[in-house]
Amino acid sequence: MKRIILVTTSLCLASTAFGGGYRLALQGQKALGMGHTGVAMTDSSEVVFFNPAGMPSLNSDLEISGGINLIQSETEYQNEASNASAESDNPIGTPLNLYLVKKFDDKISYGVGLYTPYGNSVEWEKDWAGSHLVNDIELKAIFIQPTIGYQITDQYSVGFGPVYVTGSVEFNRNLSTSLIDGDGNKANVTIEASSIDAWGYNIGFMAEPAEQITLGISYRSKIDLEANNEDADFENLPSSLAAAFPDTTFDADLVLPAELTLGLAYRLNEDTTLAFDFNRTYWSAYENLDISFDSAAGTSLNPRNYKDSNAYRFGIQHNINQWVLRSGLYLDKSPVKSGYYTPETARNDSIGFTAGTTYKISSALEIDASFLYLHLDEFEGGYDFVDQSGTLISFTGDYKSSAISLGAGARYQF
Amino acid sequence: MTLINNRITKLAALTVLCATFSACDHDIDDDDSYNSGTVDFSKFVSLGDSLTAGYADGALSLFGQENSFPNILAQQFAQVGGGDFIQPLMNDDLGGLLINGIEQPEFENRLILNGLTNSPEPIEGTPTTEVHSLLSGAFNNMGVPGAKSFHMLAANYGNPAGLFTDSEGILSEAALANPYFSRFVSTDAASMVEDAASQQPSFFTLWAGNNDTLSYATTGGTGADQTGNDDLSSYGSNDITDPAAFAGAYQLLVDAMTSSGGKGVLINLPDISAIPFFTTVPYNAISLTQEEADALNSAFIPYNEGVLAVAALSLITEEEAERRIIAFSSGQNAIVISDESLTDLTFINPDLSSMRQATADDLILLPASSTIGTADENDPTLIYGLSDPLVDGDVLIPSEILAIDTARQAYNATIKSFADESEDLVLMDAAALLDSLPDGIDYGTGYVDGTYATGGAFSLDGVHLTARGYAIIANEIMISIENGFGANLPAVDPGTFTTIFIK
Repeated sequence: MKRIILVTTSLCLASTAFGGGYRLALQGQKALGMGHTGVAMTDSSEVVFFNPAGMPSLNSDLEISGGINLIQSETEYQNEASNASAESDNPIGTPLNLYLVKKFDDKISYGVGLYTPYGNSVEWEKDWAGSHLVNDIELKAIFIQPTIGYQITDQYSVGFGPVYVTGSVEFNRNLSTSLIDGDGNKANVTIEASSIDAWGYNIGFMAEPAEQITLGISYRSKIDLEANNEDADFENLPSSLAAAFPDTTFDADLVLPAELTLGLAYRLNEDTTLAFDFNRTYWSAYENLDISFDSAAGTSLNPRNYKDSNAYRFGIQHNINQWVLRSGLYLDKSPVKSGYYTPETARNDSIGFTAGTTYKISSALEIDASFLYLHLDEFEGGYDFVDQSGTLISFTGDYKSSAISLGAGARYQF
Repeated sequence: MTLINNRITKLAALTVLCATFSACDHDIDDDDSYNSGTVDFSKFVSLGDSLTAGYADGALSLFGQENSFPNILAQQFAQVGGGDFIQPLMNDDLGGLLINGIEQPEFENRLILNGLTNSPEPIEGTPTTEVHSLLSGAFNNMGVPGAKSFHMLAANYGNPAGLFTDSEGILSEAALANPYFSRFVSTDAASMVEDAASQQPSFFTLWAGNNDTLSYATTGGTGADQTGNDDLSSYGSNDITDPAAFAGAYQLLVDAMTSSGGKGVLINLPDISAIPFFTTVPYNAISLTQEEADALNSAFIPYNEGVLAVAALSLITEEEAERRIIAFSSGQNAIVISDESLTDLTFINPDLSSMRQATADDLILLPASSTIGTADENDPTLIYGLSDPLVDGDVLIPSEILAIDTARQAYNATIKSFADESEDLVLMDAAALLDSLPDGIDYGTGYVDGTYATGGAFSLDGVHLTARGYAIIANEIMISIENGFGANLPAVDPGTFTTIFIK
């Protein structure tokens, strides 16, 4: 009972199947079509997210772009020794984004971005083999980023924007592998935190050393989400224990790690552009997801000990008349160390295949579409820190995950 | 947004995408190769005792039966040609027995743990299982709690007429029948093995012999070790069965169960050192302050002096005198126990009773945990386990432990020899399995160990298994079948089975 696991952990989990830990790499239709590159790309107001230094490079006086993705992910679990198996049945996620950039003068542009890089849910079968780690989790977070970009010289520009995050999380798991009430229902806890606020920032630099080449650097700061005095609801406790473990409140911290991205865009000719991004995410900041209950339930210790991880992204786009065609792929290394694979974050290295297109309806309006298939090789992994009556035991199994996203968006230039 | 986020859209989107990406079809290796090997599972019969019946938490309840290892097995066998598996189901989840409508104090409801007192107690409720409501039909689960090897052969073992009751309607100790078997015996005189074998099992499990030592062990060795005496009619109910008598009985059981040409798994017998009923209460369970120790030591001066005086007269050896000297100190102290193997000195002085302090070689039985340290109702100066020695029935002393284990090992040698001799029989080494419990058993998605109440493997009676424990047994039996008969069977996930119940 003392080691009730956590809630927010869950945050991480939410995006099980996606690259980069628990973040969804779906912040722009154009970028996604090119393997989610974009740090050195300057052809859309998606730069607000990818690299605000690119804002002054936009042509129009005012540009608005936005989009939505439908993402379906699933993870299968199997343990050969015990023949346990389960599948997560995740609701379709609908991350969306909206970017606005306005020219102030030749050198300065300003704007705002709104995006939801953590909108996702994971639902395992109720009381599945790993239900003492997670039954289901739902995470919602909206990022709002007012931003300004400044063209220092013809070749160099910078951009900066504070990021305001407001989010909520709901997480449910069983209290142990065995605790049940008198009717045989598994005792479980639901942790719900709503309206958690936090601040961070996004800063970028861009250079154009030659006509065909753009270089970009973007840094997104770490964001600490702190849940204080949020609600913990214990259900199906045996009646003789219920008094000792009443519904209570809890505190927990969740780190959204900093990331640094270096990018290169190379314009092969008037119609064809290649883009490469290298991304490093400082996941080592994510050391644990300890949950402190304000009751006899005590503190749930949930070590995570992630490591910093890299992603390598590549994309190409080609213009044909009113159309732009894109494709790309990216390789995302897992930040999870051996022995720390929880069912929410049970992911290994992933590879994403992307494609996208844009159709220019008029000089002002164009529409975008994108597609992503994310593949993760089946792997065997375990979490070695399940506390059972003082003994640390493992929860292991074979995991196989994948995700598919369809996206649509539009851009209007005034 | 909510309109988009519905299942139909999801399915439509995925259908389209999966048509293009065959990689969407990513089932983790499904093992479609389950097969029965050389076994015919169509008629599966389990013959045994409480461990076969699904007894747990001190009772046989409907829930326990649903989670009996034979029933778990039958659900898995159903995937490889197994047939129906019918159990003599109890009437409720409580587990208590009624005889002629009267509740039986020796057959109470199952135990649940009271989280406030941290003690087990019978679940509340009036039992509804009437022993005299005879169930009809044949039953695949022929597990009868309390049955010893030779009981399984005994005519009239389930004869309702043998359920003698006293004037208050309580089952008498002189009863000749087993009330659990009386519930479903086919005819008055039928034996367990007759009712099992007459079903012509194509496959069977036989787990016989647990009670041949356990009834002696759980009563603290108050019975007799009948090794060397194969006259079963002279046995008391808590005696150790003569290994030769066991071997004879086992031969008859195996002959009967294999008479229709079926294959079977023979399950051997675990060591009591793996069972929390015998291992939970430490020999030095009593904690004393210096003042308490001093007072007790003063009280024991006449006794200790008496022992030394008797030793000086060479009526007992120096070594025995040393064992009999009682001394306490602050901290944890060894419990004072009766030891009938000590020289009887009461003819010299009635106060020189056969007692000593326990050592790590003694086993204090689980029920004593609720009485150790409590005062005698009539004489508050008599503290049980200190100034008042534990009775014989609460302790197993080394000679008793040795008798139990010697007999058990002889039984196991018999069981192994039957398994070795026939290609149609394989051994399931339950002794080895349960021996590994103190270190814990990792079943892949979780872990159990032999710790009482919290370990997950043993139910609250300390002897029988939890549903999870029975699931582990079932998996181990399936492994034996795979190894012996070339089958490939679907294991169960023990983690999905319950452990103890908390009030």
